Amino acid sequence: MSAAADRPAAPGDTPLLELRDIGKDFGSVIALDGISSSVRAGQVTCVLGDNGAGKSTLIKVLSGVHRPTRGQLFLDGGAVDFDAPREALDAGIATVYQDLAMIPLMSIWRNFFLGSEPTTGWGPFRRFDRATAKDVTRRELAAMGIDIRDPDQPVGTLSGGERQSVAIARAVHFGARVLILDEPTSALGVKQAAVVLRYIAQARDQGLGVVFITHNPHHAHPVGDRFLLLNRGRSMGDFAKADVTREQLTDMMAGGDELSRLAEELGRPGAP
Amino acid sequence: MANWLDVASILGIMAVAVALLMIGGHFDLSAGVMTGTTALTVGVVAVEFQQNIWVAIAAALVLALGIGAFNGWLVTRTGLPSFIITLGTFLMLQGLNLGLTKAFTGTVQVRGLADASGYHSAELVLASTVEVFGQPFRIAVLWWLLVTALAAWVLVRTRFGNWVFATGGDEVASRNVGVPARRTTIVLFMTTATAAWLVGSITAVRLTSVQANTGTGQELIYIVAAVIGGCLLTGGYGSAIGAALGALIFGMTQQGIVYLNWDADWFYFFLGAMLLLAVLTNRLVRRYAEAAPR
Repeated sequence: MSAAADRPAAPGDTPLLELRDIGKDFGSVIALDGISSSVRAGQVTCVLGDNGAGKSTLIKVLSGVHRPTRGQLFLDGGAVDFDAPREALDAGIATVYQDLAMIPLMSIWRNFFLGSEPTTGWGPFRRFDRATAKDVTRRELAAMGIDIRDPDQPVGTLSGGERQSVAIARAVHFGARVLILDEPTSALGVKQAAVVLRYIAQARDQGLGVVFITHNPHHAHPVGDRFLLLNRGRSMGDFAKADVTREQLTDMMAGGDELSRLAEELGRPGAP
Repeated sequence: MANWLDVASILGIMAVAVALLMIGGHFDLSAGVMTGTTALTVGVVAVEFQQNIWVAIAAALVLALGIGAFNGWLVTRTGLPSFIITLGTFLMLQGLNLGLTKAFTGTVQVRGLADASGYHSAELVLASTVEVFGQPFRIAVLWWLLVTALAAWVLVRTRFGNWVFATGGDEVASRNVGVPARRTTIVLFMTTATAAWLVGSITAVRLTSVQANTGTGQELIYIVAAVIGGCLLTGGYGSAIGAALGALIFGMTQQGIVYLNWDADWFYFFLGAMLLLAVLTNRLVRRYAEAAPR
């Protein structure tokens, strides 16, 4: 069980995205501190933590919503700073938010291309290329094995799992190299969650680096290659899959570690 | 027929622009009084400053774009409801309209636009009457059709239109995927201001005199027309053609009551009933679209 920071970075083995000692303060509140981990192409890095552990803040740092107060992000080994979500997106870091960043009243194809609409025509006649948009949406969803009856239907009529799948397909289409998934399985039933986990594996097999944020070790362990555990904004460790079992993950998530430390502390003899 | 089309056209130009803004998730209560502000500007610059009427119309456009940008900037900057921000600009403009008109003319109206240089060409473009199949039509009807067609095209066929729906549907979500939500909002406020400028110019040129209270109280009528035309008050849904039809229904009702020899006092009763009916129907649409099976 070694921390990621002292892992030697061999040349040719540069992680897609690396975090070194990332910290974020909001005023006097320390939301994140000393977070280090890495994301490699074709691998899944799981970020595990309970509510309030700092998972959302970490996502926002990675996706360019917040600038880290301390530490540095590295993309392909080079230091990067993102000032806006757009910059992270252009660098190939796509985030699929818990609330999905989809507009329920808009059709699937409009949502699919939202913010990156293809256009045809020149000057004042430049317009949204609707035919291409519908066509690509249908094709990309089919490639992910998602069967959508009609790309014209509003996203609001899709099930939670279907929406996740559309959002993942969208990120993959727009050339994401790093895919950040914020609790994609948390609101889903067992069956729907299994569907989404399958899409995560599929994105991984296409060579993407995936950051899978969850509070459920049973969802994380089967699909993950690395596990970063967060607790109250601090890292409880960054493990490779070989170094940790599902039981250990579950135990740490349930606060077992914290409890044993507490027991130790209470058992200590009083001050002289 | 020409009569109710005329009522509908002036209202419709504004309703279509207000509909775009409402789809984008905002209200503009200053839209009504801004038609007065622009009309008075055309009058004051042309008559009191003795400028060519086209210069006056251009000055009014610059002013309108400025007010629209100010509304949009303040709304996006503060995050306060646009309802309250534009209520503020509405009241400020109402005061300015009265105060400045009195300061310039000594009365509560600007008159004598017909004598301004360039008036005849302006009248031809903004206030002439054309005959179609033996029926006289005000040219404002043409402007209305043009504005509606343009708005419908932009809304459904361009990326800006996609951003309008997205910004009104969920501003945070759309910003997260890279939609320039702030810019979209500011442009929408400038669009209602531009529509107000068009209506103000048409009014000024047509009547050749402008009252200081022109346009006041119309802002809610625009919203009513847009809602009757299917716009959701919560944003994210609606259409330009719907708003144009809403204005048409408004015009037909207003004139229809007169032709039927009913008491015109009942007009607002019918208007209110139509509004309630429209809102109830809209609610069904939203429920259907947002009921997500998990």
